[in-house]
Amino acid sequence: MARLPVSPEALVAQYGPRLGFPPKEGFPGRDEPDRVVPTHCCFCGMQCGIKLLVKDNRVVGFDPWEEFPFNEGRLCPKGVQRYLQNNHPDRLLSPLERVEGVGFRPVAWDAALDRTASEIRRIQEKHGKDAFAMLSGVSLTNEKSYLVGKFARLAIGTRNLDYNGRLCMVSAGAGNKKAFGLDRASNTYADLAKAEVILVAGANVSETFPTLTHWIWQARDNGAKLIVVDPRMTPLARTADLHLPVRPGRDSALFGAILKQLVDRDQLDRDFIANHTSGFEEAVEAVKGYDLAWAEEVTGIPRRKIEAAAEWWGTAKTSFLLHARGIEHHTKGVENVVSAINLVLATGRIGKPYCGYGTITGQGNGQGGREHGHKCDQLPGNRDIENPKHREWVAGVWGVPEPEIPGKGLSAYEIVEAIHRGEIKGLLSICFNPLVSLPNASFVREALEKLEYFAAIDFFLSETARHADVVLAGSLHEEEEGTVTTAEGRVTRVRAAIDPPADAWRDTDVLLDLARRLGKGELFDFSAPAPLAGTREGSLFTARRIFDELRAASKGGTADYFGITYEKIEANLGVFWPCPSLDHPGTPRLWEDRRFATPDGRAHFNAVRYRDPGEVTDPDYPVILTTGRVVSQYLSGTQTRRIGKLVEQYPEPLLEIHPALAKSLGITDRDLVRVETRRGAAEFPAQLVTTIREDTVFIPYHWPGRKSANQLTSGNLDPVSKIPEFKVSACRLVPTGRKAPSAAEAKAHASV
Amino acid sequence: MTTTAYRSQEEFFLDPQRCIGCHACEMACAECETNGQLAMIHVDYVDRAVSPQTSVQVCMHCEEPTCARVCPADAIAKDELGVVHSANAARCIACSNCVLACPFGVPKKVEPMKLMMKCNLCYDRTSAGRRPMCATVCPSGALWYGTRERMAAMRPNSTPVNEFRFGLQRVKTRVNVMMPKGSTELVVDGTEAP
Repeated sequence: MARLPVSPEALVAQYGPRLGFPPKEGFPGRDEPDRVVPTHCCFCGMQCGIKLLVKDNRVVGFDPWEEFPFNEGRLCPKGVQRYLQNNHPDRLLSPLERVEGVGFRPVAWDAALDRTASEIRRIQEKHGKDAFAMLSGVSLTNEKSYLVGKFARLAIGTRNLDYNGRLCMVSAGAGNKKAFGLDRASNTYADLAKAEVILVAGANVSETFPTLTHWIWQARDNGAKLIVVDPRMTPLARTADLHLPVRPGRDSALFGAILKQLVDRDQLDRDFIANHTSGFEEAVEAVKGYDLAWAEEVTGIPRRKIEAAAEWWGTAKTSFLLHARGIEHHTKGVENVVSAINLVLATGRIGKPYCGYGTITGQGNGQGGREHGHKCDQLPGNRDIENPKHREWVAGVWGVPEPEIPGKGLSAYEIVEAIHRGEIKGLLSICFNPLVSLPNASFVREALEKLEYFAAIDFFLSETARHADVVLAGSLHEEEEGTVTTAEGRVTRVRAAIDPPADAWRDTDVLLDLARRLGKGELFDFSAPAPLAGTREGSLFTARRIFDELRAASKGGTADYFGITYEKIEANLGVFWPCPSLDHPGTPRLWEDRRFATPDGRAHFNAVRYRDPGEVTDPDYPVILTTGRVVSQYLSGTQTRRIGKLVEQYPEPLLEIHPALAKSLGITDRDLVRVETRRGAAEFPAQLVTTIREDTVFIPYHWPGRKSANQLTSGNLDPVSKIPEFKVSACRLVPTGRKAPSAAEAKAHASV
Repeated sequence: MTTTAYRSQEEFFLDPQRCIGCHACEMACAECETNGQLAMIHVDYVDRAVSPQTSVQVCMHCEEPTCARVCPADAIAKDELGVVHSANAARCIACSNCVLACPFGVPKKVEPMKLMMKCNLCYDRTSAGRRPMCATVCPSGALWYGTRERMAAMRPNSTPVNEFRFGLQRVKTRVNVMMPKGSTELVVDGTEAP
């Protein structure tokens, strides 16, 4: 029974989101902290180093960590304010259970965990093992990601485990595996410094990875030319030498046309292609009709700009290609990625200084989290759950017969679909707020309402956790020891600055206890001995034991962590995987030996024929809707919609619309506009800007309820990566004839 | 507070064209114990309707501070390091002369304290040999603090400028603005110049 127990307004009143501000004079003790803890930001894949100031088991402030090599003290507003998730009035301080008509009431851990364990078994006995699913997320450390993967497969025993990286990096991961046989950015950002040309496709770097801006602009100071592919003039695109304002959903047409230009002008590295790649002829054959006139027609980019981009890319001696969700959140996400990689391979500019390529991983531990096993088709070390040899290896490390490891399960959105169909009856979630982050939010809500049992591990009562029968009060980033792997593939150390407050537990302890109650305790022997249990020292003990098992499980896989230890990370301020042995220094730059991780050792071109996005405009829905992010919010906003100054910076989602389109519909600034798609409708204030294509509107997605852009997006998935097509929907715009209320009135951060 | 660790060879460089509008500087500035959660640095859109371009303004710490010259209460002082400080709370009469007169639009009168407040170049940090907070966190290099030599090596296409012309008024500042290579001054309004 997962309908809300009381009105959402009543739940907001008790559990937020409320806005947290620091006291005017700062938190007590900030100027005389007990500890200064060097750790990392809890938000994006840059994983900037930051020091947290601790007084009396509270994080009371921050200080820049200038020695950490990636960011050298630089931070974005989310990083500066990240410490305010601590000391927050909305923090869950004990387990809760749902009470019909009342809301939630505190419940003892013993009762909450017993009930969860018995519901898991009840549902599985009645409906089969896979009728209980788990959803996870990659804000979790490598240790917790690994633990979740093992827990779902062996303690719950379900194949249906997936994670919120399904909404993030899976298209890039699949594309990288096809092309290189391995899923990691090929270079560190240091290789940007002397790249002659930098091509950034579908990455709003200055808003979503602000601290990466420094590395790109350092290259420009050294003379690099910057090409930005984006339907909007983002802050980075504003400064670009060439901005290609692509029509959403047409990226592979652009990359295909550029490949054809390279071939026609013979701007190719023929030696590299002949000796180190395969599939070139097929890739060229696929784009043979993609001349500039065709490309201009399909992509909406003036042909002279496409030609200039091809000329710059074709004649550069060094280059770096970066992409992110803008080309990945598509039904053709994988095709977009491999068509971009084709440009890198055609010019042979990889595996050498200042010759780089990489996706910019979005989530805090998007990189490490996806390698170690809470992806429905993967086992630790980036192993394939359907590969008998991979299964055998991991079964050996786990000490179970190979058949005991379930097979490949459903992906995140497919799990929701299966819940909706009544096939999955129970759910355990951690670090995932699908009601805000998945597409087609009304459909997701209906699914949640159908669950027979739903337990959520969380530190705040997220919009999704409101639907839970039991909420298990978990831990913040700064409350557990562990490691994360940054977008560069750098494995770094996250510290437990403090203990969880009151009767909240560390996530790891929740999972380990639940494993014991499910009768699988002997497979999860990671807990600290009694005197250390529940302390920061105990967290370090447990994290190390899990990491040691992760190292062994990853050994021999493509994401090989075997040679990485906590001591090595701390001494070197990070170690780049693969690192197969204790005396190995790690691998900042991949492919220097030209031996790729594919079965034939070659990098693979992939033939990509352009096809339309899953939904195209028509007379009923004539405008393209695309969604994205703003600098002051992170993902579904569970944390950042509770931090006062971040909310004030950009308090409500606005509909970015070009004045020409607005004029044709009689829309002026701050008019409330109803945006309708085949999934639903929602109203947003109009913001007239010439910095967006005339055929496209944009809404950022971090908000819940009636302010959620994902009420409008579709559940169309990429056939390979299963990523939803957040970046392209067909919509129509209906002016309401009213001005939008002020942001202060709208209270979008807590919208229901 | 000690000034012994102050690095006199280090300067503040402002490069507004690099500003990405993230507001990290404002948020970090507001954290300072003396600022009471108010930012002494300000980021604004230039014209959002046509561009995401933002600009950032910090106190320029003038050699002859206009704010101090127009202060009838003698509340604003420049110290031996060239840092212009917020109004002395005991003297400030909240007349707003400084707010109106500053050619860069920096000082703000803070209600309800009725006290002029502005950037003091993170005196607590710089006097301890550290960089100002905003210039430490800025992710895009719009704010930078360090030596002139290092800046010249990092940004070979730009020149630091610290002389400004506002109509008839010429101002020389401690803080530099990065201009295209070869520039010598920034003329904000030259129409009334002789």
